[in-house]
Amino acid sequence: MSTIELSHVSRWYGNVVAINDVTMTIGPGVTGLLGPNGAGKSTLLHLIAGFLAPSRGELTVAGTASWHNPGIYRTVGLVPERDSVYAFLTGEAFVRTTAQLHKLPDPEAAAQRAIGIVEMADAQDRRISTYSKGMRQRIKVAAALVHDPPILLLDEPFNGMDPRQRLHMMDLLHRLGEQGRTILFSSHILEEVERLSGTIQVIVAGRLAASGDFRAIRRLMTSRPHVFMVRTSDDRRLGASLIGRPAVTGVELTGRGLQVRASDYGAFTRELAVLARDEEIRLRELLPADESLESVFTYLVET
Amino acid sequence: MFGIQGRVVAAITLRATIGRKRAVLFALAPLVLILVTVALKLSHPERASWPVDILGLFGLTVVLPLTALIIGTSVLGAEIDDGSIVHLLATPVSRGVVIGAKYTVACVLTMVFAAVPILVAGLIATGGATKLALGVFAGALAGSVMYNAIFVMISVLTTRAIAWGLLYALIWEGVLGNLVAGARLLSVGQYSLGIANSIAHDPSLNAALSLSTAVVAGLLVTAVALVIAVRRLASFSLKGEPA
Repeated sequence: MSTIELSHVSRWYGNVVAINDVTMTIGPGVTGLLGPNGAGKSTLLHLIAGFLAPSRGELTVAGTASWHNPGIYRTVGLVPERDSVYAFLTGEAFVRTTAQLHKLPDPEAAAQRAIGIVEMADAQDRRISTYSKGMRQRIKVAAALVHDPPILLLDEPFNGMDPRQRLHMMDLLHRLGEQGRTILFSSHILEEVERLSGTIQVIVAGRLAASGDFRAIRRLMTSRPHVFMVRTSDDRRLGASLIGRPAVTGVELTGRGLQVRASDYGAFTRELAVLARDEEIRLRELLPADESLESVFTYLVET
Repeated sequence: MFGIQGRVVAAITLRATIGRKRAVLFALAPLVLILVTVALKLSHPERASWPVDILGLFGLTVVLPLTALIIGTSVLGAEIDDGSIVHLLATPVSRGVVIGAKYTVACVLTMVFAAVPILVAGLIATGGATKLALGVFAGALAGSVMYNAIFVMISVLTTRAIAWGLLYALIWEGVLGNLVAGARLLSVGQYSLGIANSIAHDPSLNAALSLSTAVVAGLLVTAVALVIAVRRLASFSLKGEPA
């Protein structure tokens, strides 16, 4: 009763297709919805959360359609991306108020339980306006968990968090997933979701581009060819030496410097410095040329 | 009245609405009304009908719609603008309860910040609980109920609620209502005047509609506006990231 099912779901705005024929099933455990900005992750999450009507296809959450159906929020908790909450309330009042909106029999106890899960008891009597970004995210998660829903949806929960807060949130999501809940979160920062041991669904340009075990997809990513731009005191001589290294698969002299393709990220970055020292060539600049998320995701789509 | 859910929604709405900077705006207009009334009272104007002018022309047709506009568009509109409405809508509370609670808060606030000051101005201007003072008070109470239904509806329909509300109040009611007889039949300002005049019986109020027409049309407009508001809120959509 805690699965999310999409069957050939599409959503368009006028002539613009935001979600294109997506079919997926999301069950218990942690699932990441990943993709570059503008790929349609939020649209997909909004469709699942009942805040957008599908243009075509079938979408059910715990067996019922989510659009025009406020009843699904008894089984679904939603953590929206936008930071706006009733900032004049204390954290405790915000969570307790949400419990009352759910008509829970004991709103105080439910609020305390949810605040305990996100470890916010110490700050619960302060106004939300005084909270840090990470604390706001956690209190929003507490509000979404107050009715103990089997399904939790989170829109970009790691946005604006520092690494420590991100790890904390990751651990929390894992604990919730291990309890048998269905946890679905979106993120455009693939590299930063490193503690994830669940499945991911990669969305690129409105389509489901990859789907499966996170570690397998991550391995694909780290072993992909990397492109660097190098500027040195003698590009041509360094290029000649580099092409002899096994980690390098291509070298090109360009007006802006040397473009190097490497098959092994770690080996190349280690060897480059040693090589430059031995050849007495001065390194002026080293830039990864394809580290943009779009190129990472595009690579995934092509493989 | 709406159970625990409605009371919680109403309590949060009240706190949020009073706490915003806009609250200064809707406290300002009634203050001006009372100050102007006191000033006129002290200066003994020659025009004998000045109480009708200030109560009818300024109170009912300017202070009341303006106050209702600011309050009616902010009880729900402000939450839609900043996105916090999602927290409320992601609960199983029926959308009718959400609109009902927010609309009730808007009506009560408008009555406190517009209808009561109009009564106070009426008492000062006419020197007691005259028919005119009670008439405009009744008109203002009814106007609070009708205007807020329209402005709450507008705030669900568009993110530029204040602009559209002003357009309705100024162009439709202000200009067309005076020039085109048909527009009066669809003007909340005229309904309020009609109800006020049924008690005041003062021809200088320029009430164009009879009590029964005003009440029936007013109820109809209110009901239709609220139904549209509930239906639109039920279809509330979040915009995705820009593609």
